[in-house]
Amino acid sequence: MIEPFSLACPIPITNYSHVTLAHGGGGRLMHDLIRKMFLSAFGGDNTSPHDGAVLDPPTGARLAFTTDSYVVSPIFFPGGNIGELAIYGTVNDLAMCGARASWLSVGFILEEGLPMERLWQVVRSIAFATQRCGVVVATGDTKVVDRGKGDGVYINTSGIGVIDHDLDIRPECVREGDVILVNGDLGRHGIAVMAKREGLELDVELESDCAPLWEQVKSLIDAGVEVHCLRDLTRGGLSSALNEIAEGSHCRLFVDETKVPVSTAVKSVCELLGLDPLYVACEGRFVAFLPERHADTAIEALRQAGAPSPSVIGIAEKAGETEVILKSCIGTRRPLDMLSGEQLPRIC
Amino acid sequence: MKYVEEFRNERAVRVLAAELARAVRHSWTIMEICGGQTHAIVRFGIDELIPPLLTLVHGPGCPVCVTPIELIDKALEIAARPNVTFCSFGDMLRVPGSHGDLFSVKARGGDVRIVYSPLDALALARAMPEREVVFFAVGFETTAPANAMAVYQAKRTNVRNFSLLVSHVLVPPAIETILSSTTNRVQGFLAAGHVCTVMGYYEYEPLAAKYNVPIVVTGFEPVDILEGLLMCVRQLEEGRCEVENQYSRLVVREGNRRAQEIINEVFTVVPRKWRGIGEIPASGLGLRENYQEFDAELRFNVQATTVAESPECISGLILQGLKKPHECPVFGTRCTPEHPLGATMVSSEGACAAYYRYRRQSGQHASRGEQR
Repeated sequence: MIEPFSLACPIPITNYSHVTLAHGGGGRLMHDLIRKMFLSAFGGDNTSPHDGAVLDPPTGARLAFTTDSYVVSPIFFPGGNIGELAIYGTVNDLAMCGARASWLSVGFILEEGLPMERLWQVVRSIAFATQRCGVVVATGDTKVVDRGKGDGVYINTSGIGVIDHDLDIRPECVREGDVILVNGDLGRHGIAVMAKREGLELDVELESDCAPLWEQVKSLIDAGVEVHCLRDLTRGGLSSALNEIAEGSHCRLFVDETKVPVSTAVKSVCELLGLDPLYVACEGRFVAFLPERHADTAIEALRQAGAPSPSVIGIAEKAGETEVILKSCIGTRRPLDMLSGEQLPRIC
Repeated sequence: MKYVEEFRNERAVRVLAAELARAVRHSWTIMEICGGQTHAIVRFGIDELIPPLLTLVHGPGCPVCVTPIELIDKALEIAARPNVTFCSFGDMLRVPGSHGDLFSVKARGGDVRIVYSPLDALALARAMPEREVVFFAVGFETTAPANAMAVYQAKRTNVRNFSLLVSHVLVPPAIETILSSTTNRVQGFLAAGHVCTVMGYYEYEPLAAKYNVPIVVTGFEPVDILEGLLMCVRQLEEGRCEVENQYSRLVVREGNRRAQEIINEVFTVVPRKWRGIGEIPASGLGLRENYQEFDAELRFNVQATTVAESPECISGLILQGLKKPHECPVFGTRCTPEHPLGATMVSSEGACAAYYRYRRQSGQHASRGEQR
């Protein structure tokens, strides 16, 4: 548990209202920033600066290890900011391995000129998110780049998670006949961030789905669900995740488009811009592969754990054929392919 | 989602497909004009639902596909200039010219931006008076009114640092080119609903009469397309050649008069080169004389150089309905969305890209198509 911390920015605005190159220079200013802002927020050990964290994992436990860099623009978006995203993203990657996140590293690349107040907001969000996930920021780093060479803040987080069950959760474990579950509606994060970045004036309230997923994954494991594979639906959305799993499992995956939950707001924006929600990024959604007989238990467990709209969307149809097939809303079947690049808004 | 979901209703689709199967007695070839319709047909698998006697071919109505490579090269040259902010709709950025695309210009330091409206580009010009803001005005009649409005407003409010690189094309001359070709196989058309929202459909009546061909103004959802096909087939079976309107929830015969007025105020009809097809007289729009100060080609004095297309690419035949994407020997092998040889593979609405994305893995569809 971290110490309660002040809502006011701990770097007095009269001293430095903006990040300067000196804040990454290794001198007193950098130490002030780390001590007063980062350590006070993340609850680290103030007294004995060291080159790394020494961890004490449970004896014999399997560990999961992951890293991700966060460069989202804008850094504040409806429903979240880059700070929460950097924590939840890495916590979720560990959760998809069936691991509870235990230790994180947080590396900041700050752009000279970033208002200190903005940085403080990001740092507070990180502190809130780590507390929510029960994860410790064990080590960190700060660099400052010249103005114009960054986008305010970039964050890299790496995480180590502990696996305290016997399930083997990975694409290779998908079996013919497994059902495919999704925990909620797709596309909110991608559309909310794009709308904010591009200044689209939408008549609908749309917030990012950015959220930690471990509690939902844990609820499946605790309910005795035999989880075979998990994947969060980040870049490339549902279609990329399923194509990767099809490749890993050598299974033909079948998805019924009418069963995939998508909010009216996301559908409408996608229609207007010529985008497909099945390719839009989420930050709080995942697919789970599990035996059909566990589907009801899984849906109930997910619902209890706060999943917005857990639904069975398809099935691992046939082993030995690597592809993803979509049954469209008019009943026809077609391949659901991975995109070759980014989705681009259409001319007309 | 009202006005969308009821047109994607499985039961309505089945009923229409059954009606279509009953209506078709002879073998017919029908072309959908618009890339949006091509995309919908392949994405929803509508061509799997139609009777075997009916063949759908895909028309030239993808503005990204038909923009000539010379104009892409001009765009690349203008966008690379240090004082230029080059604005475009998203899907033009990936179209390769003879040396790279707009994304590669951006990667080399060019200020290339995706906008959602030409008026956003005009707002940028107002906000950055020290920079030249150029908008890539691509499209059929659908996008012409907004592009015209941007120039009209720029002139009225004296925004001197704004210009258009114009590549507007028109549907009726393309239909006439296809129909007058000695190799033509198209017997009926689904006209592009959105184009007709702006232009109405009176322009198509002389074409239907002259070439004895039914033309049905059609929308973009599965129910629209099947209903358009049914109307077209009924005309063909009954020997009628009329212009009919399936998309009556949006289109009236006269079109949108205000939109046509602003087009006529700013643009005039000019000859245009179509990628894969060649020059078609009176087939495009260019800026009128009193708006030529906003013509980026004149302002930046970029020279056209004729560029040879890949000899392996058959996009010209595809755009005229003479071939289908999977009939191309390099489809999906040497020509993919990552390494497109021609524009029909680049744009998401291009016929080749649509087939690649939605058909590549299911061989049975392609072979069924070939039998028709």
